[in-house]
Amino acid sequence: MSAEGSEVLKFRDSEQAEVLYDRLESLMDSIGREVAIMHVCGSHEEAIAKYGLRSNLPEDLSVRMGPGCPVCVTDMPEIDEGIHLAEQGVTVATFGDMYKVPGTEGSLRDAERDGASVEVVYSATDAVEYAEDNPDEEVVFFATGFETTAAPTAAVLAAEPPENFSVLSVHKYVPPAMAAIAELPESDVDGFLAAGHAATITGYGLFEPLVEEYGIPTVVGGFEPLDVLRALVGLLELIDAGEAGLENAYPRVVSEDGNVAAKEIMWDVFEQTTREWRGLGEIPGGNLSMTDAYAEWNARERYDVDPDTGPADPLTEQCICGDIMAGKADPDDCTLFGTVCTPRDPVGPCMVSDEGTCHIWNTYGGRPEV
Amino acid sequence: MLEDSVTQDHGAGGEPMRDLLDEHVLPRFAADGQDDVGLAALDDGAVFPVGEQAVVLTTDNHVVDPLQFPGGDIGRLAVSGTVNDLAMMGATGSVALTNSLVIEDGFDLDVLDEIFASMAATCEEADCRIVAGDTKVLPGDDVDGLVMNTAGVGIVPRGEHVSDAGLEPGDKVVVSGTIGDHGIALLAAREDIDFGADLESDVAPVDQLVDLAREAGEVTAMKDPTRGGLATALNEMAEKGGVGIELAESAVPVKPGVDGAGEVLGIDPLEVANEGKVVFAVSEADTEAVVSALRDHPKGTDAAVIGDVVDEHRGRVVLDTGVGRRYLSEPVSEPLPRIC
Repeated sequence: MSAEGSEVLKFRDSEQAEVLYDRLESLMDSIGREVAIMHVCGSHEEAIAKYGLRSNLPEDLSVRMGPGCPVCVTDMPEIDEGIHLAEQGVTVATFGDMYKVPGTEGSLRDAERDGASVEVVYSATDAVEYAEDNPDEEVVFFATGFETTAAPTAAVLAAEPPENFSVLSVHKYVPPAMAAIAELPESDVDGFLAAGHAATITGYGLFEPLVEEYGIPTVVGGFEPLDVLRALVGLLELIDAGEAGLENAYPRVVSEDGNVAAKEIMWDVFEQTTREWRGLGEIPGGNLSMTDAYAEWNARERYDVDPDTGPADPLTEQCICGDIMAGKADPDDCTLFGTVCTPRDPVGPCMVSDEGTCHIWNTYGGRPEV
Repeated sequence: MLEDSVTQDHGAGGEPMRDLLDEHVLPRFAADGQDDVGLAALDDGAVFPVGEQAVVLTTDNHVVDPLQFPGGDIGRLAVSGTVNDLAMMGATGSVALTNSLVIEDGFDLDVLDEIFASMAATCEEADCRIVAGDTKVLPGDDVDGLVMNTAGVGIVPRGEHVSDAGLEPGDKVVVSGTIGDHGIALLAAREDIDFGADLESDVAPVDQLVDLAREAGEVTAMKDPTRGGLATALNEMAEKGGVGIELAESAVPVKPGVDGAGEVLGIDPLEVANEGKVVFAVSEADTEAVVSALRDHPKGTDAAVIGDVVDEHRGRVVLDTGVGRRYLSEPVSEPLPRIC
């Protein structure tokens, strides 16, 4: 076993997990009512489902995934914009899991099958390299994702990419979505488990205003099983004490201020705007659009991105991905889950993306009622 | 997206393949009643009666890429795979094979010789012989390197074959050794990733392990966890046997190198092919004897009890991860195409 391997195993130790589960039980006894925790990250759902944590959690404690899958919250008209660009003879460079997600009338993959030029890339840097290697093509990077991918997109723009390169930003910004969930009248979220890797860039201090304004305890957590359990203990301690506090349960990676240089570049390139999130509706300040300083690389300035699309597939209308991302429903509340809608033949984005709740539940055996 | 053509998922051994067989093959070819184990059983091989004896018959195509890999090659894979399929039905000893080749025009004869030498050595190891064959050569556009088909025939006394469905609540689940070796080694070889030592395919005939286990105790079901890995083998056994299986992840033997490489690649060793391992369901009283008999053989030194057959969760496999519990599902597609 390598040193790195044993380092990881430390965070999967069953005896320590036992202690944390006991602590969760006694905190729930003390709280004496049902508690709902929302996390906003596919990697958290992955850890929870893969290690089967829900089967050992106290009965009255529910841990749900919120709008934490960037592919899933990308709105259909945004995908339509990308497809519309590809159909104009522009090469659209996209992340792999975005490639298969259906917009109103098909996906980028479908567009490629019909002759459009679509290139799957692993990063913004990859997209720039593709543009450099293919100077005769106009390359648009279909920029999706949260802060974790927005910061790298900003970095390549700040480094002055080639003229044949531009960016269609559909980047999303997580804190406004958490605020929107907190504001939902029917929301019963008692605490947020915030995503450790996004916080490496933004710093956990970012959540301070959210905690103050909405009074919802928030704990930043990592992605190994014990990281998740420790963060949940932290949340229940705050809830039990009636404290709307903010804690960092992932100090080995996350600091209060995050990556200051990356943040500066990100806010130089992007500014918050308001657009729709798929399934959730308008999130004030939830999108990142490019600032005027970077207008020359803004695909929305350079091309006609306004598609003229018809109505969506009726099957898509039955998809409850939006409710799932709002924490209002579980995948198995959906009549399509696991039968009509599978990773082989997905209907909605929650089943397409590796980070989607439905995909994760399907991969790890469906509902965790073991 | 509706499927109107065959995809690689259909060949990966999981649910898509079963759909293909259910919809396109079994309605035409599965006949009732004449065979002890017929096509519809979708077991490792067929068993059909000839007088007092039963003949066991199986066939496999082999398309592995690369043809030669750490721990073996397509020839060893072909002989082992066929011998093992027969052994899983209880037919060990007196085994005869056929070997049919489709070879690419221009294929290096020295490499072909190495592959044949490896086949001969594997036949000796498994005490079987190749008795018939066929050779075709195609242009490079029509075949990539070498495709091999082997069929095998063996004999069991009538009624003494073992199926993959005979397990019962109370039985213990035993594996004959470490899990995930073949799949992870192939990926590392193909991607040319160096994860350090001990990434070698486990490809080997397991007929002797089967004999040892069956001599030591009552084996109620067996299966070789090839395509789709241990996860698929256990799900099939649970489903066909109408029982549940509880699996303790920490009890499953996995080499540290395989575990580490799987972690880096994001591939679960439980979901990739093994080519020299057996999963046994064993009557509880005989478990210790079976495990100790396996451990006495060089191919069974890591044999271990990994779980229980239970009455609950019928048709499903419950995985205890050490920090929680969940259902273990079959992978939809082999994460790596052309590994066997």
